[in-house]
Amino acid sequence: MKEKILEIISNYNKDKTRLMDILHDIQSIAGYVDAESIELLHKELGISASQVREVISFYHFYSSEPLGKVNIYLNDSVTAIMHGREAILETFEKECNVKEGSVSEDGQFGLFHTSCIGMNDQEPAAIINGKMFTRLTPYRVKEIVKDLKSGKDIKELIYEGDGGGRNALPGIHSMVCNNIRRRSALLTHDYTPFDVTKKVLANTSPEAIIDVVEASNIRGRGGAGFPTGMKWKFGRKAVGDHHVIICNADEGEPGTFKDRVILTEFPELVFEGMVIAGYAVGADIGLLYLRYEYKYLLNYLNGILADMRSKKLLGNGINKIEGFNFDIRIQLGAGAYICGEESALIESLEGKRGEPRDKPPFPVERGYLNYPTVVNNVETLALIPKIITKGSDWFLGLGNKASAGTKILSISGDCNYPGIYEVEWGTTIKDILDMSGSLDVQAIQVAGPSGALIGEKDFGRQISYTDLPTGGSMIVFGKERDILNDVVMNFLNFFIEESCGSCSTCRNMTSVLKERFTKILNGRGVKSDIDDLLNWSELLKVSRCGLGQTAANPITSSITNFRHLYENLIQKDVVFDTGFDLEESVKASCAAVGRQPILHNM
Amino acid sequence: MNNTIKFKIDGKEIVAEKGKTVVEAAHDNGVYIPTLCNFPGVPPKGGCRMCTIKINGRFMTSCTTPAAAGMEIESNTPEINELRKSIIELLFVSGNHFCPACEKSGNCELQALAYRYQMMVPKFPYSFPVKEVDASSPKIIKDQNRCVLCQRCMKTIKTEDGERYFAFENRGNNLEVILDPELGKKMSDEIAKLAMDNCPVGSIIQKEVGFIEPIGTRKYDKVAIGTDV
Repeated sequence: MKEKILEIISNYNKDKTRLMDILHDIQSIAGYVDAESIELLHKELGISASQVREVISFYHFYSSEPLGKVNIYLNDSVTAIMHGREAILETFEKECNVKEGSVSEDGQFGLFHTSCIGMNDQEPAAIINGKMFTRLTPYRVKEIVKDLKSGKDIKELIYEGDGGGRNALPGIHSMVCNNIRRRSALLTHDYTPFDVTKKVLANTSPEAIIDVVEASNIRGRGGAGFPTGMKWKFGRKAVGDHHVIICNADEGEPGTFKDRVILTEFPELVFEGMVIAGYAVGADIGLLYLRYEYKYLLNYLNGILADMRSKKLLGNGINKIEGFNFDIRIQLGAGAYICGEESALIESLEGKRGEPRDKPPFPVERGYLNYPTVVNNVETLALIPKIITKGSDWFLGLGNKASAGTKILSISGDCNYPGIYEVEWGTTIKDILDMSGSLDVQAIQVAGPSGALIGEKDFGRQISYTDLPTGGSMIVFGKERDILNDVVMNFLNFFIEESCGSCSTCRNMTSVLKERFTKILNGRGVKSDIDDLLNWSELLKVSRCGLGQTAANPITSSITNFRHLYENLIQKDVVFDTGFDLEESVKASCAAVGRQPILHNM
Repeated sequence: MNNTIKFKIDGKEIVAEKGKTVVEAAHDNGVYIPTLCNFPGVPPKGGCRMCTIKINGRFMTSCTTPAAAGMEIESNTPEINELRKSIIELLFVSGNHFCPACEKSGNCELQALAYRYQMMVPKFPYSFPVKEVDASSPKIIKDQNRCVLCQRCMKTIKTEDGERYFAFENRGNNLEVILDPELGKKMSDEIAKLAMDNCPVGSIIQKEVGFIEPIGTRKYDKVAIGTDV
């Protein structure tokens, strides 16, 4: 084993910035990263063993403890729970004889929870040894476990047939479905791959490309909405030995899955978008950061890149344009929502913990390995070849004044037709609910947990950078749903789980809020607790990154828009309650000594 | 070529060398901005958020923001002071900080900040986390109860080859700063003392010297933190 580990390390030239890949490779042959491997990494990479563990313990899918032979990661997004996660978990626990969060005694099965895996339109879903299993039922779980026990290969366990479209290609061979319900600018098949690279770039200057992108008014589709043309201009202007284009495919906001569909059906658009960006910015390094959950697409995407290289669409002198050298490498993530934040993503690409950087400097000045770096979302890059082909006026003709073009929405939850909807900016929430067959709606979560939970009075509002901005996640909640217990609590737990912890407010405040929120749910709340939640949430706004700054949104937007739910739970005519439960607190010690306490005035 | 810039903090004009951060420039000009995780000579990380200021209405950390000409900065305002006090309270409730029994009392920056910002009782509920004390090194004790995760030890305590003695483990509210077991065993007295001195709280204590300097004669026993600025 030692020789194999050393071979892996030397495959990456003992380069500690490639630690992510090294750990993936070690884990794929050894099952986990054991102490001996850590010791070798310490010696070979010149970092202390604790520095290696620092990275391993940051990411959900790395482990320095033995895992199971088969590892099941069951999604715990709110939609999974709404569609019967509990029964699936129970069945896995029973059939595999293992408790969630542990490995079975025989070492056969590991069963773990994981944050949203981008399958909200086909829940409950789980990742089993890197393979995606969707629309699970207790029946299917029993079947899968039985076949696994009998020694069948993970690839043989798909009886549903492949999902539609390219999910059926041998390179993917997955049961995941695309569920494309509405196509517009991006998702229509009116595109000849690499036409822009072949026909336009040779006789258009980089500046002219940036001009078209800037004129189109396209803004970042990941959520923050920074003008793409301006970002490219800054990137081009910044001085550095290399320039870098990064495609952010770390789609982690719970409820969003549109990048998964774009990467499955339109990877050529994404890669060509990167090539165009590389040409415009003057970049030579291209990186696509793919979230670990989408590992099942990795070989397929690498195949397309290899094909592009063989056709001279990547590499040195692309399309015979002198000096245009650009190649793309795919970096696999390892399970961390925070890596969707562009500077955390860059840290991860450098083989470190995905902790956001302080800004300034922004990545366009100093990004990956301190080179000027442009980070764009999958959807943004995929729109670029179409904008170059059809012109900025075409794009400006879509959407509304503040928000040009279309937006791909990932709609899930209590709707009849969950899936991908490409709509123009300016579409109202009411139209979105109607087109997705959402009836008896109590609330909709716009833009995921970091966005806003809104109710009926706001259904006339529009998705727009100036009204309701969104990266595309839309989760619908029907009238019968328990918004506080099921939705807000799930989102709070998500933020607690996914905080990197490096800044004090985000690390600690979310837990404080949860304590107070739980007090209200337990019927011990008083009116001042609601005020505390609102006031204390303010402190999160000084956090370093977007995760921390928005981590209180589930609380604040549910209080703003569903205050009656809180008021129904708090005690009337009680102004103070510690929330302390004496009986509960002494329960364990009572059981130990076999005595019952006499509680007065309780 | 003029190598200085001018900007304002709470209306007061600050003259600073180009390339300095806001907090450095402020302190050079006798304006105190509280810090905790910041440490001279190593790159800032904006971890504790204590030095939060407002620039053009936006919250920024003054340890990470380069000073720029014409900035209008709010720092010593009721809003921001309340916010800083809240951060101190948050750090108190999320660890187990029992000052009377701590070797660092009087030399502790967290305690000194709590005095300066007049914390009485934290408004947030105590979490009383269960934490471990690592005494495996012959030279130091690493007490997780008191750690505020400022990263100062991670950034300043290194071997000659640049390996770090201290590292993060886990993430979120499970995050801890741990001592590398192997390096901890081989630690010199000088490194141990440096680690203790660089720690703003009592999380790193050099063995056998904790109470050598009596309480009552220590750094912040008579003057408030920041009075030297």
